[in-house]
Amino acid sequence: MSQAGLAMEGHTSGTMEASPFAIPSKKLVMWLFIISDAVTFGAMLFAYGYVKNASPDWPEPFKFSPSILNVMLMTFILVSSSLTMLMATRAARSSDKAGAVRWTFVTVAGGILFALLHLNEWRGLIAEGVRLFQNPWGSPMFGATFFAITGLHLTHVVGGVIALTVVALGYKRGRYNSDDIEIWSLYWHFVDLVWMFVVPMVYLLNVAR
Amino acid sequence: MSTVERVNGSLKAEIIVYVCILALSGLQIVLAYQHAQGAQLLIRMLAVALIQAGLAVMYFMHLLEERKNLRLALIPATIFVLLMMNMIWSDSFRLLHMRPFVK
Repeated sequence: MSQAGLAMEGHTSGTMEASPFAIPSKKLVMWLFIISDAVTFGAMLFAYGYVKNASPDWPEPFKFSPSILNVMLMTFILVSSSLTMLMATRAARSSDKAGAVRWTFVTVAGGILFALLHLNEWRGLIAEGVRLFQNPWGSPMFGATFFAITGLHLTHVVGGVIALTVVALGYKRGRYNSDDIEIWSLYWHFVDLVWMFVVPMVYLLNVAR
Repeated sequence: MSTVERVNGSLKAEIIVYVCILALSGLQIVLAYQHAQGAQLLIRMLAVALIQAGLAVMYFMHLLEERKNLRLALIPATIFVLLMMNMIWSDSFRLLHMRPFVK
């Protein structure tokens, strides 16, 4: 038998080693992606802390209204969208295809609303004169760190909205199964989890007093 | 137990976690407007965020239901890397106190 033949024989289902974590490989891949992404966000937040700590004139521009109220609403929407994603996962596990698709699209709607509120927040700050390397209040690095961290998070939200839409439509058509809904729900909960650190570090430590 | 009962029963726990996470978010806002500032405020905020993250990972992402070896493979490595990043602070304080870029 050729080397290629031997290699193929070694990978047939009968001789495959069982998954050490008893989860599908695509779920393991999502977990590995999530921890690498957690470290990426961790590095961003550490870099933000480094610059903030080293800048004596770091601005504290976030007033209760509208900024903190807007952040409260965004947090409520994102955490609620995690709950609707849980309902989608539960429906998918119970083979309730219509329910799973419906709840996934409710989650997508929450994600879109969150993104629109976030862009509105950006628009307000830009109108006040905040740019990547200048602002009217103090350290010019404020804009760079603020837009980098919230922009990376917003990119994840938009990516999640697109991915959940594709998976929900694929699940409806039979291309994807309930595992795919569950795996992408992990991603969505992670986006929610990151926001729990972005809010206190970026907004609440910089409230106007 | 029927499927409907099982689904409703487990959803109850997740709704409790959802309410807890929202309540902790509210607590962070209360903390932000108290007198504490600087490192003390940062530690309080981080403590609340870590509790929120723990609840989300264990109950929303269902890591609690996975095998122990998956938790052991993921969590310590992530914490180790994040802890190692703390070595930047000494340089950050050096910049603050020595202020090498002040004109």
